[in-house]
Amino acid sequence: MFKDIIIGQYIPGNSPLHRMNAPIKIILTIFYIIILFFINNPISYLAFALYTFILVLVSKVPLKMILKGIRPMLWIFIFTAVVNLFMTPGETVWSIPIFKFTLNITSEGIIQGAKMLYRLFFLITGTSLLTLTTSPLQLTDGIETLLRPLSKIKVPSHEIAMMMTIAIRFIPTLAEETDKIMKAQTARGADFESGNIIRRAKAMVPLLIPLFVSAFRRADELATAMEARCYRGGMGRTKMKENKAGIIDLKGCTIFVIALLVLILLEILVEF
Amino acid sequence: MIKAENVCYVYQIGMPFERQALKNINLEIDDGSLVAIIGHTGSGKSTLIQHFNALVKPTSGKIEIDGINVTSKDADLKLVRRKVGIVFQYPEHQLFEETVYKDIAFGPKNMGLSDEEIDRRVRESAKMLGIKEKHLEKSPFDLSGGQKRRVAIAGVLAMRPSVLILDEPTAGLDPKGRDDILEIIKKLHEKNEKMIIIFVSHSMEDVAKTAEKVIVMNEGHVEMMGTVDEVFSKSKKLQEIGLDVPQITRLTNKLKDAGYDLPDNIYTVEEAAEAIKKLAGGVRNV
Repeated sequence: MFKDIIIGQYIPGNSPLHRMNAPIKIILTIFYIIILFFINNPISYLAFALYTFILVLVSKVPLKMILKGIRPMLWIFIFTAVVNLFMTPGETVWSIPIFKFTLNITSEGIIQGAKMLYRLFFLITGTSLLTLTTSPLQLTDGIETLLRPLSKIKVPSHEIAMMMTIAIRFIPTLAEETDKIMKAQTARGADFESGNIIRRAKAMVPLLIPLFVSAFRRADELATAMEARCYRGGMGRTKMKENKAGIIDLKGCTIFVIALLVLILLEILVEF
Repeated sequence: MIKAENVCYVYQIGMPFERQALKNINLEIDDGSLVAIIGHTGSGKSTLIQHFNALVKPTSGKIEIDGINVTSKDADLKLVRRKVGIVFQYPEHQLFEETVYKDIAFGPKNMGLSDEEIDRRVRESAKMLGIKEKHLEKSPFDLSGGQKRRVAIAGVLAMRPSVLILDEPTAGLDPKGRDDILEIIKKLHEKNEKMIIIFVSHSMEDVAKTAEKVIVMNEGHVEMMGTVDEVFSKSKKLQEIGLDVPQITRLTNKLKDAGYDLPDNIYTVEEAAEAIKKLAGGVRNV
C-alpha cells in the first residue's frame, strides 16, 4: 500500500521536461494550477486535458505511474464528488428520500462535481509530472532559488529548502520502514485490517511507536553525519551544479505561453 | 516440512522498476533441520523467507507447510503465521511495549491464549534466550543492542512456531553478541527435535559453525543445496557468485596447495587447529 505514494519519487530520464530548469518548471507548474482553476468552458477543458496529455507523452513517464499516484487520493475524489453532488443548490433532477430528509441531486451539482473531479485530477497529474521529472535535489534547489529574494526580509530560504529536501528524501525511507515493521508485527500475529475503528487505532500502536523511535534515531544520525561533513547552514554556501536557464527553457516557456494564449482565446471566443 | 514448488515472484509488475526476485524455486526442508540460506545481497533470500509465512504471495508456484497450502486464497493466514515465526533483520527495531515482559507477550496475546499460558511461555522463552528475570520488568529501550535482539527473538519464540526463521540474526552485533545468538540457535535446535530452524547469513563462518544444511541463492534461484560439506567443497563456484568459503578453509586450502597433507573438509577454526595439531604431531613424531 505504501508503494503507491509517488510524491518525491523521481523517474530518471532525458526528456525535454527532465532537462528544463527547476525554478522555471516550478513557476510553470504554479501557472498551470492557476489556469486549471480559471478555465470554465468545455472546449478549454478539453484543450487543457490535451495539453497535459502531450506533456505526459513528452516526459516519457509511463502513464501507469501517474495513474498510480492518483489511486491513494481516491477517497478524497469520492468525497469531493459526493459533497458537490448533494450540496450545490439549483434545479433538482433527482430526489432520494432518506428517513425524514430528502437528498436532492441538482443539475448544477452534477456539473460542479464533475468540474471539481476534473480539477483535482489534473492538479495531481500536473504536480506529479513536476516531481516525477525533477529530482528532489533539483526541486528544492529550485525552491531555494525562488525563495532567495525573500531572504532580504530574513526568511531562512536555505534552511527551508534543506528541511524540505530532507523531508522528501525520507518519505520513501519511512514508507519502507513502515512496511517492514508492519510485516514484522503481522508475523507476530498483529492484525491491522479487521475490527472497528477503535480496535484498528489500537492496532496501530505496535506500528507507530517503533516508527517514531526509528524516525528520531534517523534524524539524530543524519544530524551527526551532516555536522561531521561541516554543514553549517546556508551562509556562504556555493553549489556544485549551478542551474542556469537555457534554450530548452526558452522553448518550454514559449510553448507554455502559446498554450496559455490558446486557452484564453477559447475562453473568450467560444461561448456556452 | 516445508515444500516449495516452482515458486516465482515478480516485484512491481508492469512498473519501470519491475524485477524478478525469485525464479522457479524448488525446495524441500525436513522437520528438525537447521538450515542456513546464503547469497549475495539482492539474491532473493529475504523475499524467499517472507513467502514461508505468506507475508508475500508468489506470482506463481506453490508453497506447502506441514501439508497446508500457504499460497491458496483461502489459506488460514493466522494459523500459518502461528506455525512459521519470522525474526526479521534488526528485529530490535520492532520493540514497542513498556516492558520486556509485555513485548514478549505480544505474540502469544494475539493468539488469544490464557494469561497463565502467556506467562508460562514468556518466562520459558525468556529463559531460553538468556534474558534475566529482573530484566523482564525493564523497558526494552533501556537494554543493550544484543539484549534487545534477544528480547525480539524471544517474542517470536513465545508463539512456539514449528518453523523458526531468522533473517541475518547476527548482523551488527559484537563478537560476543554474535556467539551468543549462534549458541542459542544451536540450543534451540537440540531442544526442539521437530522444529525447523532457518537462518539467513552473510557470514560463512557462522554458517559453518552452526548450520547442518545450506541453501545457496544466486540472482533469484537456488544455486546449490546440501550439507555444509557439499556446499563449501565447491569454493570456485561460490566465489563466482560473489560468495566464499570460511576464511579458515581458504587458509587450509592454501596450506594444502603448499604441500601439507590436510583434510578437505575443514570449516571451523577448531577443526583446523585439530587437524594441524595432528599433522604437526605426525611430522615431529611426538
